[in-house]
Amino acid sequence: MRIEYFQLIDRVVELDLAGRKIKSEALVPRESTIFEGHFPGYPLMPGVLLVEAMAQTAGWLVVALNRFERMPFLAAVKEAKLRTFVTPGQRLAIEARLEHDGSGYAVMATKIRAEGKLICDAMLTLRVLDFPNPEMEQEVRDLAARIGLKVEAPADG
Amino acid sequence: MSSTFDTIANIIAETCDIPRDSITPDSHAINDLGIDSLDFLDIAFAIDKAFGIKLPLEQWTQEVNDGKATTDQYFVLKNLSARIDELVAAKGA
Repeated sequence: MRIEYFQLIDRVVELDLAGRKIKSEALVPRESTIFEGHFPGYPLMPGVLLVEAMAQTAGWLVVALNRFERMPFLAAVKEAKLRTFVTPGQRLAIEARLEHDGSGYAVMATKIRAEGKLICDAMLTLRVLDFPNPEMEQEVRDLAARIGLKVEAPADG
Repeated sequence: MSSTFDTIANIIAETCDIPRDSITPDSHAINDLGIDSLDFLDIAFAIDKAFGIKLPLEQWTQEVNDGKATTDQYFVLKNLSARIDELVAAKGA
């Protein structure tokens, strides 16, 4: 996890396009400037970054389902529950499932577990838009390669 | 048509906290009810689920942007109800 760069996912560990779900993992760093402020002497992974980790995992599923044609943007966070503290050094298992494939948006059910225990969950709405520019598209492709997101080309393409 | 309208009026009232009495078949979702695009995503989600369809929001937006349609055709609720009925009929055909 490169937390200061908002790269919260280390690796995609399972991608099930037919089942419209994905699993990723991330290791919370032991040290980060973020923990110097949140909180001094009591480092905790900020809840908003847990939500971001769920959003990124959900987003990679959207990217995979549309085969890098379009890009997701977080639009709404609903029913978010941050159930327990996350501390430096914990390994997170993140899941997302496509709840609804709308026109220009996707609704995703997401959750994070650590050592099998449910840490947090939320229902997220992502807008799905064209890439704003070719550089952004390439950035997404490069990042996907780094985290091991592999999507086969469509049979007809 | 009336039951379709009632369903979407109830969805709008619940989603956007708009008094149900103020929502009529002639209400324009954006111009009269002040629903913004993010709230409309929630409404679309609820409509998609309630009717088992996929409102083609992107296609409609494109048609409006291209001048091929007016927002009235899709966002005045009696017209939205008619579009939904068409989508439901097409699904069952």
